[in-house]
Amino acid sequence: MANLITRRETIAAAGAVAAAATGGAAQAQIATQPATAPNLPIERGATLRMLRPVRFVQPDEDVWRANCQRFAQANGIEVRVDFVGWEDITQQTAVTANTGAGPDIIVGFDAGPHLFAEKIHDLTDVATYLGQKYGGWRPLANAYGRRGDRWISLPFGASGGPAIWRTSTLREAGFESVPDDHAGFLRLCQALKRINKPAGFALGNAVGDGNAFANWLVWSFGGSLTDEQGAVSINSPQTVAALNYLRELYQTFVPGTLAWGDISNNRAYAAGECHLTQNGVSLYFSMLNDPALRHIAEDTQMTPMPKGTLNAVPNAGLTLNAMVFRHSRFPNAAKALLTFLMETEQYDPWLQANIGYWSQPLNAYAASATWTKDPKISVFRDTMNNPFWNGYKGPIVEGSVAATADYVMVQMCAAVASGQATPQAAAAEAERRAQRYFRRR
Amino acid sequence: MSATTAPVWTKTRQQPGALARLFDNKAFLIIVCLAPAVGLLMTFLTYPLGLGIWLAFTDTTIGRPGIWVGIENFEFLMEDPIFLNSVFYSVFYTAVATFGKFGLGLWLALLLNQHLPMKSLLRAIILLPWIVPTVLSAIAFWWIYDPQFSIISYLSMKMGLTEGPIDFINTAWPARWSLIFANIWRGIPFVAISLLAGLQTISPSLYEAALLDGATPWQRFRHITFPMLMPILAIVMTFSIIFTFTDFQLVYAITRGGPVNSTHLMATLAFQRGIPGGQLGEGAAIAVAMIPFLVFATLFSYFGLARRKWQQGESND
Repeated sequence: MANLITRRETIAAAGAVAAAATGGAAQAQIATQPATAPNLPIERGATLRMLRPVRFVQPDEDVWRANCQRFAQANGIEVRVDFVGWEDITQQTAVTANTGAGPDIIVGFDAGPHLFAEKIHDLTDVATYLGQKYGGWRPLANAYGRRGDRWISLPFGASGGPAIWRTSTLREAGFESVPDDHAGFLRLCQALKRINKPAGFALGNAVGDGNAFANWLVWSFGGSLTDEQGAVSINSPQTVAALNYLRELYQTFVPGTLAWGDISNNRAYAAGECHLTQNGVSLYFSMLNDPALRHIAEDTQMTPMPKGTLNAVPNAGLTLNAMVFRHSRFPNAAKALLTFLMETEQYDPWLQANIGYWSQPLNAYAASATWTKDPKISVFRDTMNNPFWNGYKGPIVEGSVAATADYVMVQMCAAVASGQATPQAAAAEAERRAQRYFRRR
Repeated sequence: MSATTAPVWTKTRQQPGALARLFDNKAFLIIVCLAPAVGLLMTFLTYPLGLGIWLAFTDTTIGRPGIWVGIENFEFLMEDPIFLNSVFYSVFYTAVATFGKFGLGLWLALLLNQHLPMKSLLRAIILLPWIVPTVLSAIAFWWIYDPQFSIISYLSMKMGLTEGPIDFINTAWPARWSLIFANIWRGIPFVAISLLAGLQTISPSLYEAALLDGATPWQRFRHITFPMLMPILAIVMTFSIIFTFTDFQLVYAITRGGPVNSTHLMATLAFQRGIPGGQLGEGAAIAVAMIPFLVFATLFSYFGLARRKWQQGESND
């Protein structure tokens, strides 16, 4: 996913921040329930250091920093926030956890906190309070935030991967929207191929887009990497059915998808080489902010990927997930800061500053003005309502993270699409690899 | 000051102080002078290498320290088709790329050794691929090989040579050859400039003598140039094999080991499993598995190519 920040975008969004800061009315609509905040006496003279992935858009960073500063001033403590590249956050978290030194709070991705469950503070009290006050946590937040029945981290938002397509092209092919079933989806892709405006989905080693597509494919047929108990269940009739379907679907793709990285589909779509793909919201905004591509953005529509045989959208959004390390000398201050950031006065302006890049983990924020500004991005409002996560459907363990990072699902799909393996053989190979990652130690 | 107390003259030289005697001690001096170097080597070479080897025998992951598992990692790797494929491709990649680099590099060196106009400028230009940071040239090749936006595909479609884009990195074998080509492109300057340096040390009188004997150009190359180049060829080849075998940046930037793991080198697979995959133990095991190959390649170049017979003729023992 591209992290394109243009000057225009920055200026426009900075205006939005100013508007959000002055117009208190925009915040009034977030409904709250009475709840008692946990008693967290802030340590005297506390200094907190927080590490966070870099922004999508400049206002994300500005509002986040401003919120932290307000907390620091109100409590007479110091808060320092550092932003690091997305690729580095896992390694820096690992170093922090293993050395017991470094930031007090790290906002990682997805199941990251589960790797370090023994090294981070329990956040059940804070999460329970926030859940009560803001209408409950959404399913994806429950999946990534909890370990068993306790909370180990606070999800801050997720970025989903819907289907993104050209309205005019679909109309030309005789479709009004992307069908919600497999047969219809295949017919659509075949029709797109016929009019030489094909679809394309990443099948290369692309952490975001590759996994999103492979997960969608397998999940939408009822397959899963693991079962509820956490045993590897990828080698199933459902998976084989999904892979058989992929063999036909792949024929309709634009050439080269086996070599696609995370950025490739963005480029192909923006260049008009590909007319239907799966991506985060960044693609839409990067085109909207480029005068040369604005017409494509205006012709673009985003809808959830087909549900297939399920009742929910088979997509696991990329989730910001905050953890407090046990080595922190000021755990109360750290927990209070995270709580503070999730409260309406801080969270809603931040959500709005992100113009849809991140979607809320707490139900009440679905009423945020973020989701009414541009109807096209309203598809992201319910990203965290999808009950799917990397490594679905077993409990999250090290293996869930490793299997995703090592492209087990993606390469299973790619092996079939390229004709290197039969669906049965590919599923068996994925099972072999997954068993290694999910082995009991 | 009275002159009555004349300094007492003693016959024996003053016994040197304990510190001076210590510094006169040869053993002590050796230890003191070597300590910084040994310390640096231990800290920055031996310790990481030792740690890597130790990790290879544990099941350490990024989240937690591991326990000793013996050769379990290696047992798993022996049955892992992805690892075996990476071993095959590492050897293939090194062999073909080295062959290509030396063939073309030697040819280029011979050309540059002729008297050409603007010789220095040409030599400087030749070095460019070597000077540019690998990641930059890798990104350039990534664009050149891009399935959608390749300049070569574009030109060939414009000229009507192909109907659709050329498949550079979308299937296994084209991807393997594309990476080898990029590696050769990048490696030629190093070989060419090193061999050029070697060529210039060959005394012109040898060629004059050969000319007087009526030797053909091929004979001059075969019996003068080639044997005289052998020592430097052996060293350059050793380096080249090591650099090629441990190549990482080109593959990681262009294909990330794809499509479907067909272009993983052992180095990229070790990184993929160890850092993004979090399996530090397994990644270390893959890296350790590279050591025998590298030792073999080094010994082969060293003892094979550097033999006196090869350098100075069959009869010279």
